[in-house]
Amino acid sequence: MSALLDAKGISYRGGGRLLVDAVDLSIAGGSFTIVIGPNGAGKSTLLRLLSGELTPAAGEVRLHGELLRSIPPWRLAHSRAVMPQASDLSFPFTVFEVASLGAEGIGRGLSRSDRQRIALDALALADVAHLARRNYQTLSGGERQRVHFARVLAQLQAGRTVETRQVLFLDEPIASLDLKHQLALLETAKSLARDGLAVVAVLHDLQLAAGMADDLVLMQGGLVVARGRPEAVLTPALLAGVFGVDLIPPALPPSPWMLAPDRSRAAGAG
Amino acid sequence: MTVLALEQDDRRSAITDRRMILFAALAVLLVLVSILGLGLGATGVPASRVFAVIADALTGHVTTGGDALIILQVRLPRLLLGLLIGAALASSGALMQGLFRNPLADPGLIGVSAGAALAAAATIVLGDRLLAPSIGAMPFSALPVGAFAGGLITMFGLYLIATRGGRTSIATMLLAGVAFDALAGAGMGLFSYLSDDRQLRDLTFWTLGSLSGATWTKVVAITPFVLPTLLTMPFLARGLNALSLGEAEAFHLGIPVQRVKAAAILLVAVAVGASVAAAGMIGFVGIVVPHVLRLIAGANHKVLLPASALLGAALLVSADTVARTIAAPAELPIGILTAAIGAPFFLWLLLRRQGGLAL
Repeated sequence: MSALLDAKGISYRGGGRLLVDAVDLSIAGGSFTIVIGPNGAGKSTLLRLLSGELTPAAGEVRLHGELLRSIPPWRLAHSRAVMPQASDLSFPFTVFEVASLGAEGIGRGLSRSDRQRIALDALALADVAHLARRNYQTLSGGERQRVHFARVLAQLQAGRTVETRQVLFLDEPIASLDLKHQLALLETAKSLARDGLAVVAVLHDLQLAAGMADDLVLMQGGLVVARGRPEAVLTPALLAGVFGVDLIPPALPPSPWMLAPDRSRAAGAG
Repeated sequence: MTVLALEQDDRRSAITDRRMILFAALAVLLVLVSILGLGLGATGVPASRVFAVIADALTGHVTTGGDALIILQVRLPRLLLGLLIGAALASSGALMQGLFRNPLADPGLIGVSAGAALAAAATIVLGDRLLAPSIGAMPFSALPVGAFAGGLITMFGLYLIATRGGRTSIATMLLAGVAFDALAGAGMGLFSYLSDDRQLRDLTFWTLGSLSGATWTKVVAITPFVLPTLLTMPFLARGLNALSLGEAEAFHLGIPVQRVKAAAILLVAVAVGASVAAAGMIGFVGIVVPHVLRLIAGANHKVLLPASALLGAALLVSADTVARTIAAPAELPIGILTAAIGAPFFLWLLLRRQGGLAL
């Protein structure tokens, strides 16, 4: 499969040091790529460079072969969605309104009721449909995260009417979720990848990363230290070097957490 | 899926109904306070007579009588000026709060009104000195232009100070606004020191805020500034909704963030500049109106911006009617009235927020 997203030698400097240092990374559609590494390794910065939020000081990022920084925001919004780490709202929007932001003004040939259906379906998929009329400001951290997941799902769904080769970026998407919703969110992301999207996530939980990723990117000090299948990247030697922990082999359990099939459907239907 | 579809239809009609009711209620309120505003005052005019005079004027008849003169030459321009300025101030407040992602932002609080007033004062005092020998007194139409320039310079200065590397820091902007406000206050003090008796009266008028100088000339002078900005503001609604998630999130949703911010700054400067030129500094309308509407109708700017314009117009016209009648035949400057109501409201907002969100 050809690369949807292609970064060549990208660097980014912030606060007087190199946060991302000459990284090459090419990401294909249909793959779930998870970026791992210790705090300050440059994972989130890399994600922001790949999503177009930051412009690299050196090197270039191409999406569908087109230079990322030359794509206007409205067109970019059809090809990729980004779920932020945490998001505060200063105004009392309802959960439904927040999810609708993902579907408004994006996509072609969608009627108003199409957009509302997209937002409601996305809320159901993220298991927050029951909160639709609630004020976003009154939600817990985990609920907020799921609402933003619904918002990016709605954006992808609306954008699909224009561009099908999409990229989804998730920056620590499960940081404040409970176990059930952690697994449900990652399963949904994984099924999007199976549908042909390129999904790129920053994750801290190595066991979940090992179980979910098709492709692991291990970062340290702004550099990509290792990349490949989880079993090739998560070796005790590499982890000891990067995280400074000594692990008894095997470093990870042979079978990571997974939702049982019926449970996963129940979580998906909300 | 059927349940979901039903629920969806249900919700859509509920939302549309609520919006229709809100706008209908605001329109009725606006008409009522307008009729009251035309009828009430030092000389009372019954509503039926108000309608008759206006109908005559619209059909081209020349109506005689003192009450016709009061309505057509005194109260009608004052009413229109109040409607325009109330709408401009309230929707500028909503726009600015959306831009700064802070429900406490207000053109009056962060120095934009003061900057506009300072420029208007400079136009009066210096304009008279420089131009008086050649063309006589300053034409009134120079004031909105001057005040607009002052508002724009202040907004732009705040924006430059608060923006580093393409990101606007809201906290810096609010604090810089306080400094600008103080600076403009010093400038006003300097001008009042330099001015003669007549100019001093005009300056006091600007700092207190009043609709008492309303004339048809003023209405005609500020309409081309205020009306286009009111009609343009709703086009920024989607951008402002997305901006409330954060600038990065708005960009991810396809919003041209810098362009939306620049447009919002320009519109606020034009609307506030024109308002200050015609009526001086009238505070707190821009904070009270959007806040009340958010409690009633939610935060969506597609509803909030037009609804703020309607309620702002109604509020300012009612406040002006009270200001004219409470101590008739004397008049209270309307800025005193709005500050007396608005400042405690602002404090109540602050106290309430401490229980909930951090500032």
